[in-house]
Amino acid sequence: MRIFVPPYDAEVIERIKREDGVIIGKTNMDEFAMGSSTETSYFGPTRNPWNLSRVPGGSSGGSAACIATDEAVLALGTDTGGSIRCPASYCSVVGLKPTYGLVSRYGLIAYANSLEQIGPMAKDVYDCALFLTVIAGHDSKDGTSVNAAPKDYTKFLKDNVEGFKIGVPREFFGEGTSDAVKKQVWSGIHKLEELGAVYEETSLPSLEHSLAAYYIVAMSEASSNLARYDGLRYGYRVDKDEGNWATVYSQNRRIGFGAEVRRRIILGTYALSAGYYNKYYLKALKVRTLIRRNFEEAFKKFDVLIGPTMPFPPFKIGEKIKDPLALYMSDVDTVSANLAGLPAISVPCGFTNGLPIGMQIMAPPLREDLTLQAAYAFEQNTPYKNRKPTVN
Amino acid sequence: MKPHHLSKKEVEHVAWLAHIELSDEEKTLFTEQFNDILEFFKKIDMIDTKGVEPTYHVLDLKNVSRKDETIPSLPTEEALKNAPKKEKKFIKAPRIV
Repeated sequence: MRIFVPPYDAEVIERIKREDGVIIGKTNMDEFAMGSSTETSYFGPTRNPWNLSRVPGGSSGGSAACIATDEAVLALGTDTGGSIRCPASYCSVVGLKPTYGLVSRYGLIAYANSLEQIGPMAKDVYDCALFLTVIAGHDSKDGTSVNAAPKDYTKFLKDNVEGFKIGVPREFFGEGTSDAVKKQVWSGIHKLEELGAVYEETSLPSLEHSLAAYYIVAMSEASSNLARYDGLRYGYRVDKDEGNWATVYSQNRRIGFGAEVRRRIILGTYALSAGYYNKYYLKALKVRTLIRRNFEEAFKKFDVLIGPTMPFPPFKIGEKIKDPLALYMSDVDTVSANLAGLPAISVPCGFTNGLPIGMQIMAPPLREDLTLQAAYAFEQNTPYKNRKPTVN
Repeated sequence: MKPHHLSKKEVEHVAWLAHIELSDEEKTLFTEQFNDILEFFKKIDMIDTKGVEPTYHVLDLKNVSRKDETIPSLPTEEALKNAPKKEKKFIKAPRIV
């Protein structure tokens, strides 16, 4: 898609231009948004501005890195299983995945259409709220767009979280969560307690299964959505005329897609194929229902749920890319919000050895205001927003 | 022992279904990686989902439609702009059989 020139603007871009926003350019990302480190990009990896030997997170790694280094004030990302929140956490910026359907996906290249959302990334919570106000809203060109009343999200930002009930699911601090992350996120929760909230530890048992369910659903949808890349109408096409349609199509897709994209399409095709559909895809969709129910129950009791965005700090470039499953594991805390369609924000909550850590705040559907208010109160009362990376 | 869900032959078959050509090395590598990933997916086998409805979509939207009216669409030149091979007003495709 290197030479692809979109013939029309996405709805989010139109909305930004309508408010006199200036589009500076496109940033680096994992190929077709498939990755958690920006290492699968055709153009090569993006480096983490806080430590150039580390990944910036992904898939929207370029977006986060350019905000952290003040190259752009705002950036868009898409989040299918954490692709806004992960790089926001790893680059110490703010990133929000909105409720499924709040922001139009018209003009977005589909990866896993029942999970993904476009969302705002910014240097602070105020900018994030302002940007969301601009891009959110009903669009008849997107059949999954929610017809919710427009809100000015900046109006909800307050200096405290008086009366907030916070749930802390223990599944978010599972095996594989680093001690430094636990420590910083817990100190963040205590900070919110100081600011007027009450918290309680809780359990959402089905979250244990969210990662497996997520990857099955995402890969299955990807195999269908990416079938359109035939190399005929757009995209890469081999430069030869012999061979029939199926052969040329298969060769275009071999060379035109990187390894991770091919892996997900092939495995997704397998999960949807006769004999395996019930075992993988349908089963994953039922587990998805259980995860939604767990969240619905939890939100009867709590206003927001809090945990880490990422289980460990930014890892080294090259450390996980050779082992796909190891890389998938880094999405363990983010994918459940996509499966349930919930809003979730990542806000900077400290550092370990100079590497950023992010705190994740989730709320019920269409309650972006609660995630933003909690994140704003936290940001205003902690010093992390003012820390900037020095990049030479 | 290594988990065994898929053989190399099966990977070859599914890749063919997905219309993605693979080199021999890739077939070997993908088979190994797929078996690890499928072993991980096995986790959800043991969950009791009896009587649970699948969630295809988190929204309760149904049958979103618009009036059946003609609206302007992309002009031909625009639609063809990104096509690697074309002739006149058509995309040039490989032969079907």
